[in-house]
Amino acid sequence: MSATEDTLAVVKEMAAAMEENRKHLTQLDSAIGDGDHGNNMQRGFQAALERLEGTESQTPADVLKAVSTALVGKVGGAAGPLYGTAFLRASTSLSGKEDLSSEDVAEAMEAALGGVKQRGKAEEGDKTMIDALAPAVAAAKEAASSGKGAGEVFRAAAEAAGEGAEATVPLTARRGRASYLGERAAGHMDPGARSTYLLLDAAARALET
Amino acid sequence: MVGLVLVSHSPEIAKGTAELVRHMAGEVEVTAVGGDSDGSLGTDPERIQKAIEELEAGEVLVFMDIGSAVLSAETVLETLEPDVVEKVRLVDAPFVEGAFAAAVMASTGADVGECIEAAQEARTEPKLHEEE
Repeated sequence: MSATEDTLAVVKEMAAAMEENRKHLTQLDSAIGDGDHGNNMQRGFQAALERLEGTESQTPADVLKAVSTALVGKVGGAAGPLYGTAFLRASTSLSGKEDLSSEDVAEAMEAALGGVKQRGKAEEGDKTMIDALAPAVAAAKEAASSGKGAGEVFRAAAEAAGEGAEATVPLTARRGRASYLGERAAGHMDPGARSTYLLLDAAARALET
Repeated sequence: MVGLVLVSHSPEIAKGTAELVRHMAGEVEVTAVGGDSDGSLGTDPERIQKAIEELEAGEVLVFMDIGSAVLSAETVLETLEPDVVEKVRLVDAPFVEGAFAAAVMASTGADVGECIEAAQEARTEPKLHEEE
């Protein structure tokens, strides 16, 4: 498969994961957020699939750009601009490339992280998706530099993101609705960190098969 | 002239604030952008962008209510053409009181800096005055 087809497969698996985890993410979000994260992510990725069906993507960057536009337009909550910026920055970092190395994949993930940090003005430890994405990027870079394939790079990233998401449970939040809750946000996993893990896990599954 | 775009999670809050502002500041251009792309609670970058681009005002002030309204507006700024971005300012001020103060100032023909200042002062302006 070409890198563009691989990227499309990744997005399809991500959309399926959001469909499957819609209720689960909404439950997490109901505890400390406004209870719409699952629906929003499902809707955003559904819009991304529709957008991709209607256009012909030449490169992986084209695919990611279309996903970004759909997420920004359709998600509605803060996750729209945040994930939209993540996919846009990943797209920009892969601009013009038809084949992708493992390093390219890790770099795209790092660019996505940079975009989320800039857009959300958050850092690690703020109980946000950055708590999953930052360790994921570190793991992805390490896997890429030790010669692993793209599927293994995403697998390493997903494992680190899963641990990062778990580690948000005891934290109090410094961004978003949960930041108004103070200590009451502690004891709940951040929904954005969880969806970041689910997306990376989906990407790994798409490329491992 | 300075124009306003009001971005709220709620279509009713955006519309109602615009109505209030228009009533008090007459001819100032005000566009309400409330709700997400389905009209549910949320924000919609596509409509925010359209509202900014369609205002005829030479300077555009964008007011945002909470959370993702700010993220959405900032995302829009990244996608606007450079000549449009130049005339847009996101205002860090209370939504209703800030938009109201800026619009009243704009209706007097004040420049964009004075309108922003008036909006920001709305944050600290007391509503209850202690009896002397």
